[in-house]
Amino acid sequence: MISEMVIAGVCLILFLVPLCFILGYMERKVAAFMQIRLGPNRVGPKGTLQIIADTVKLLFKEGLTPSASDKFLFNLAPFIMVVTSMLVMAPMAFAKGLQIWDMNIGILYITSISSMSVIGILMAGWSSYNKYSLLGAMRSGAQIVSYELSIGLSIITIVILTGSLRISDIVLSQSNGWWLFKGHIPVIISFVIFIVASTAEINRAPFDLAEAEQELTAGFHTEYSGMKFAMFLLSEYINLFVASAIAATLFLGGWMPFHIGHWESFNHIMDFIPSSLWFLGKTFFIIFIIMWFRWTFPRLRVDQLLNLEWKYLLPISMVNVLLVTLIAIMGWYF
Amino acid sequence: MFLKEYFGTIYKSVKSLLQGMKLTGYYFTHPKEIQTWEYPDNRATLKMADRFRGEVVMPHDENNEHRCTGCQACEIACPNGTIKIITKQELNAEGKKKKAIDTFVYHLELCTMCNLCVVACPSDAIVMAQTFEHSVYDKKTLKKTLNKPGSKIMEGVE
Repeated sequence: MISEMVIAGVCLILFLVPLCFILGYMERKVAAFMQIRLGPNRVGPKGTLQIIADTVKLLFKEGLTPSASDKFLFNLAPFIMVVTSMLVMAPMAFAKGLQIWDMNIGILYITSISSMSVIGILMAGWSSYNKYSLLGAMRSGAQIVSYELSIGLSIITIVILTGSLRISDIVLSQSNGWWLFKGHIPVIISFVIFIVASTAEINRAPFDLAEAEQELTAGFHTEYSGMKFAMFLLSEYINLFVASAIAATLFLGGWMPFHIGHWESFNHIMDFIPSSLWFLGKTFFIIFIIMWFRWTFPRLRVDQLLNLEWKYLLPISMVNVLLVTLIAIMGWYF
Repeated sequence: MFLKEYFGTIYKSVKSLLQGMKLTGYYFTHPKEIQTWEYPDNRATLKMADRFRGEVVMPHDENNEHRCTGCQACEIACPNGTIKIITKQELNAEGKKKKAIDTFVYHLELCTMCNLCVVACPSDAIVMAQTFEHSVYDKKTLKKTLNKPGSKIMEGVE
């Protein structure tokens, strides 16, 4: 039993670390093309090995601990960040039957664990003994506490329609069409709200106030260097993957191929494509959209950030939950 | 009235955000719009842009003659003291004393490639070269003498 768990964990790490390399390369190339640049092109063919070179550089750097810092918390914070983002992977359905732990409260577990990442950020900001770090961490706290609400409400719309918190039930309920297409406009609204709020939750631009390079140098990880800094980077990319994977699971059917109602032959053709490819394809599509946000929109101020949540996203998603409940009770979805 | 304003704000902001995404999406799908170049490894076929300014050079012809009269107009024009001209008195063919350059000192490490010296030169003695890769390990090597040893002024240049 324990050996099985260890094997699953090692497989997960072996999946996540190359994934972060790919995401790092993808981010830099997407950024470059959107800003009419070429991006990395010197290391390896088309710059594909650039991220490896950066990692080697970070490995050889000194992991400095500021003398005035709280050394225990300072060294603990990066691990908390990585552990919380990896814990979220447990109930994730990667392909048909490929799930580490199919618990009956899967989606609730994901929301509760992913909000723990703010503890790591606060820990890093507080223990660094640096005003920029502390400011970034406090901003991040305010941000995650408020955006958690809209994420929860938009997840609840799908839970209402499915009637289950189990990830495998949510995926199977989309076997005759994805919720984005079955649930009419309210589900589309909650999809948009989920993407916006999860961009804020994972501290990415335009909601990257926690690290706001131009104002706070690097925000909560200003004082970190070497591998400890790399772990923050790792957890940032894992969080990006996790947020996109949840969006893909809830709204785009997870590993479920593209099915249309009762078109048996069409559905069988779609089943030929492996379910893992469907899952990764949808996830990378949403990752691309979130990167598109990052390289298009300017950063919000703190007051604008909180206005957006409390004046717009939250009231809209509350009304939206009512509409979805009506749809679910009357059975108006396909 | 309040609701109209509320939804109007949402409509306007979503519209402007989508407009921005449309532009970046256009750039993403059209790589021919890219403005930057790869590092020029293709030295044989490399064609630099006309306006590219690498460093100030003084062209010499095949008789080792340049066009610099030593008038120091470039030295005055330079905003940050990049050029230093040391002049000497020379006897010309008719036995008259005439001003000529001894050394034309050019500090590449101070130069901002503003082109003002080339514009100021009345006899077109200096031009901007299209060289690049100026980085060196020793800063002293960036102090250059532009006139070649033993060179003299071209006939007919006043």
